[in-house]
Amino acid sequence: MNTDPSEETTAPWAETAVREAGHLHRPTREDQVLERIERARRGKARIREELITLAHGAGGKATHTLIEAVFLEAFRNPLLEPLADGAVTGDLALTTDAYVVKPLFFPGGDIGDLAINGTVNDLAMCGATPRHLTASFILEEGLPIADLRRITASMAAAARAADVHIVTGDTKVVENGKADGCYITTAGIGALDRGAALSAASVTPGDAVIVSGPIGDHGMTIMLARGELDLEAQLTSDTAPLHDLTARLLAACGDAVRCLRDATRGGVATVLNEIAAASRTCVVLDENAVPIRPQVRGACELLGIDPLYVACEGRMVAVVAPHRADAALDALRSHPLGADAALIGRAGDDPPGLVLLKTCFGGTRIVDLLVGDPLPRIC
Amino acid sequence: MRFVDEYRDAGQARALSGQMAALCRPGRTYKFMEVCGGHTHTIYKHGLEDYLPDAVTLIHGPGCPVCVIPMGRLDDAIHIAEQPGVIMASFGDMMRVPGGRGSFLDAKARGADIRMVYSPLDALKIARQNPGKRVVFMAIGFETTAPSTAMTVLRAEAEGIHNFSVFCNHVTIIPAIKAILDSPDLHLDGFIGPGHVSAVIGCRPYEFIAHTYGKPLVVTGFEPLDVLRSVYQILTQLAHGRSQVENQYARVVPWNGNPKALNAISRVMELRPYFEWRGLGSISHSALQMTEKYAAYDAERLFHIPGVRVADPKACQCGEVLKGVLKPWECKVFGTACTPETPIGTCMVSSEGACAAYYNFGRFSRQRVKEATSP
Repeated sequence: MNTDPSEETTAPWAETAVREAGHLHRPTREDQVLERIERARRGKARIREELITLAHGAGGKATHTLIEAVFLEAFRNPLLEPLADGAVTGDLALTTDAYVVKPLFFPGGDIGDLAINGTVNDLAMCGATPRHLTASFILEEGLPIADLRRITASMAAAARAADVHIVTGDTKVVENGKADGCYITTAGIGALDRGAALSAASVTPGDAVIVSGPIGDHGMTIMLARGELDLEAQLTSDTAPLHDLTARLLAACGDAVRCLRDATRGGVATVLNEIAAASRTCVVLDENAVPIRPQVRGACELLGIDPLYVACEGRMVAVVAPHRADAALDALRSHPLGADAALIGRAGDDPPGLVLLKTCFGGTRIVDLLVGDPLPRIC
Repeated sequence: MRFVDEYRDAGQARALSGQMAALCRPGRTYKFMEVCGGHTHTIYKHGLEDYLPDAVTLIHGPGCPVCVIPMGRLDDAIHIAEQPGVIMASFGDMMRVPGGRGSFLDAKARGADIRMVYSPLDALKIARQNPGKRVVFMAIGFETTAPSTAMTVLRAEAEGIHNFSVFCNHVTIIPAIKAILDSPDLHLDGFIGPGHVSAVIGCRPYEFIAHTYGKPLVVTGFEPLDVLRSVYQILTQLAHGRSQVENQYARVVPWNGNPKALNAISRVMELRPYFEWRGLGSISHSALQMTEKYAAYDAERLFHIPGVRVADPKACQCGEVLKGVLKPWECKVFGTACTPETPIGTCMVSSEGACAAYYNFGRFSRQRVKEATSP
């Protein structure tokens, strides 16, 4: 996905070597076909669909194409270009996020705390301490005021817990049927921690890949809470503010922390694919080491969904230089939100841009970006 | 929830791996087809190819019910979904499959009411809750899912629900296997037989494969050790010069199948004279349609469907890829007209299809991936 032109040029010695090798080894037809695919892959992102479909919102390949072909194309600037969770300018980090969730209330939270925690976490992932938030509401005609009060009460509680204030906002009401009860957009600014220099591109072969706790809780909770499946499980969303956890990690490991990402839409697999692409490393995961609650694993198995792609709202992936990996794990585990933190893999050098999984069964497979939502399968 | 860990033991897998290698005759290569999409998924999910001897190649067969639905049928389904007052209910993995006029997801974006369900009974529930709407269930799948569609129709009849119908695209596995076996350029040495389908139809229907065509077939479960054991059993048969139908999945599959499920199917459905398969073309008696008696539940009769056949482009060579004659990259349209974003044939539709997998990852050889993950 990342198309940095500087990465395309070959060193002069390599060109000579290729030329010399060419006398011995002519490209086969298979090589030519692969080369053609590779050229198409590197080419500019193009949207084929004429209308927005749900796949464009799922966080996978379709979302990436939409962002690059439409938004980046129109708004391109150096701050936007890394396409990170937030933008960093001077000592400030700035981010915004829109929240749509059905049902509005679910086990472990509601759209209100999601809207606060999500934006707090995007700032935390930039290495910033969240300061002020804004909140805009799109309300559907007919939404019970009692529901709105419940939502704002949990927003207020979440803001208190994250030590931020909601300092300005906006309200619009749309006709019945034009929205799912309530949509919320929050934006936030935070003060950058000195010493933090986080970027996915800085990940280096050898780095440790850590996840802060069991994955997939939020996504599976929502899927079951919709009540479309006759499945019941004791599951609650993991929605939580992570700024405290990131602060503790950065205090313990400083600039040994290369990159932090919260594993929301698209799950851990999507985040790791973005990191592998930006850093041109190969992320190798150990399936045995990935923490997943038995209920989540069971529900995923029944539905044919891979938990690596299921959303979390209170979990992050941290990539840390190898010599500080143990210190990072200790720091995370010293906090209740990181009690089950685990080292799940390492960055390697080849093949660049790829995420590989060593399966529990001892085999290997490639963990690719999904095109759209993970869909339950029948076959 | 607990898992059948005894079928996921890496130690046993390593032992089997050695035994399989010992069964391979030096200098010979083996091509086995796993007929069922569920097996393809198991092989992919657990990385089973790492355990196979280098001489053994697995070919992904036509058993992904979503991938074999031809474009024209999908266009018909979208046509039905776009009629006023219709709610179309479909399994999740059907949503993204492209027809001649886009996928269900695209039709939904244009305003059609298409909902994802997990079983036909969920579709019936929607019909009960929306008496003013006409609810159509997009029925797909092999003999695995056909009984539940049939039971749902019988339930609708018993409850007197009249706003529910089925767009029947159920297919049958045997004619598809036979079509592959009948091709003159067949390069297959044996079959990993479907598990869920066999739980319904039993093992007998496969006997012609062993007897007439001389190919071993082992009916197989869906845990990783199941699949490895079945490959071991096929190799054993070949090493001993046998070709038989064996049932590795006896814990689920009765030799004679499930008469109750078969009975439900035959009460509601009958064989079609012929049905078009994406990539394989028209195959006679390879699919089911609703019987005259259940015409009131047959969306094909209730709605005027265009029924336009959208031919697979001539250049599409899915059939050859499925038969193991061609490698994906040798197909004329691979990577040009046919890509994961614009799939033509069944092999490119599912992300686990041979062509889609090769398109995405062909540049990384198995060896390179193996080396990258070894400590």
